[in-house]
Amino acid sequence: MEAVFLAMVLMLSIFLGFELISKVPATLHTPLMSGANAISGITIVGALISAGGESGAMSSYLGAAAVMFAMINVAGGYLVTNRMLSMFKKKDAGQTGGKS
Amino acid sequence: MSAVMINLWYVVAAALFIFGLKQLGSPATAVRGNVLSSLAMVIAIAVTLLNKEILTFELILVAALIGAVIGAIAAQKVEMTSMPEMVALFNGSGGIASLMVGWAALYNMGNTTFTDVTILLSIVIGGMTFSGSILAWGKLSEVMTSAAVVFGAQRIVNAGILVGLVVCSVLFCLNPSVDSPYLYAVIALSLLFGVMAVLPIGGADMPVVISLLNSYSGLAACAAGFAINNNILIVAGSMVGAAGIILTNIMCKAMNRSLGHVLFSGFGAVKQATKVEGEVKPIVAEDAFLILEAAQSVSFVPGYGMAVAQAQHVVRELGELLEKNGAEVTYAIHPVAGRMPGHMNVLLAEANVPYDQLVEMEDINPRIDNVDVAVVIGANDVVNPSARNDENSPIYGMPIINVDQARTVFVLKRSMGSGFSGVDNPLFFGDNTRMLFGDAKQSIAAVVAEFKG
Repeated sequence: MEAVFLAMVLMLSIFLGFELISKVPATLHTPLMSGANAISGITIVGALISAGGESGAMSSYLGAAAVMFAMINVAGGYLVTNRMLSMFKKKDAGQTGGKS
Repeated sequence: MSAVMINLWYVVAAALFIFGLKQLGSPATAVRGNVLSSLAMVIAIAVTLLNKEILTFELILVAALIGAVIGAIAAQKVEMTSMPEMVALFNGSGGIASLMVGWAALYNMGNTTFTDVTILLSIVIGGMTFSGSILAWGKLSEVMTSAAVVFGAQRIVNAGILVGLVVCSVLFCLNPSVDSPYLYAVIALSLLFGVMAVLPIGGADMPVVISLLNSYSGLAACAAGFAINNNILIVAGSMVGAAGIILTNIMCKAMNRSLGHVLFSGFGAVKQATKVEGEVKPIVAEDAFLILEAAQSVSFVPGYGMAVAQAQHVVRELGELLEKNGAEVTYAIHPVAGRMPGHMNVLLAEANVPYDQLVEMEDINPRIDNVDVAVVIGANDVVNPSARNDENSPIYGMPIINVDQARTVFVLKRSMGSGFSGVDNPLFFGDNTRMLFGDAKQSIAAVVAEFKG
């Protein structure tokens, strides 16, 4: 039953994802991708449980390595996306901004 | 915190992820969207740390700190021209993380067959995403040749790897154990498959591959979610998967090619375009300035060459001068200009071009005949009229920006090679085309100097 429930979640979120992302304008496609990189760092949740759990040393080390890689995505992804998005300025505000 | 509470917080995080993505729908709200999304991630991580299964924190702390420092430095240092490489590496690290989460989940007690299958899926997808992304990075950063690498028995070899992968996976699931030799075989084969899958894809097709790998990194997270029975991984992973697939689809459409065609045939080996011959009409900066000064509407059409020449800042300067001169200035951007979706937009935004001046292909084409001067900077295929007229052209049928229908076209190009030799782009010989030879940055700077002088 658990599997069916998870499949339901998967199905709904794929549809929702398509709806949401097809509305993102072409101008923002690069930040969308780096933002998606950050979100895919959500595997960190699984990695944390393995890294801190008591399923043996190997499981902990694999988990810790996964925590590191996922954290690169999370930190790097959100920061670079923010850096990019702050560059997008409307015409009137264009001059005041400057490079960040 | 009890499992129920943790899952309730995951629901909150999922809602914030969704809301964050929704706000990415407009440049005005996008910064806030990104903040919401990162807040969702913080919540998800924080409540997970309260999970009773987590007993030791030292390893986690060290690993998370190393990862955060690497990520933060990379995010600060990366040049906007190198964003495709950066995204490729991020795709890869997402993939390897999912592979390891899947692998570690094998050590859990009492996995059902269904769980074993999903564990294997997260290992396979994660593995091929990782190695494929590293190879894509190598091609993009030109550590290796960016051309398509094709050899005779490629398809047979790939089919062999795929069959091996399926056989080993089945054998593993029949008798799952952490020291099963089939586990190592599956990991090795999926890494190999990622390499083989990206090898035959050429530089110009990179936007498709990066988008696709982006999608895979999400799907790998999704599979890992099934492996450890975790909702938030499935929700967030499938969002990423959907984003990647949509972008892949947009890229393929913009090149008039099917995904299968991009993945399985090396580009360029297809057809030979009809060579066109004619005389090019070169122009010097002085004359270009006179024409631009009289123009009422000017549209810049950038391509990857603009990024290579680092010309975006001086282009923006010229754009501002033209606006002061009373002209309407737009930047027309083809979906596959650059090496990743939206690459040109980011470069121009970095150079302080306001986003309301960035227009898409569908918006500029209907009014292109009212454009006095179209300035093509480092773009070639995306403005090549043989995509419309020449059935023999390898890019026939690809939607292009119809700059040849503007009143005047300036093409900035390094050189022409030998004067009368045939080229694949009839635009260069058009009656209304003027060639501005030389480095794009220097050429534009020369025109800017004329304006100021």
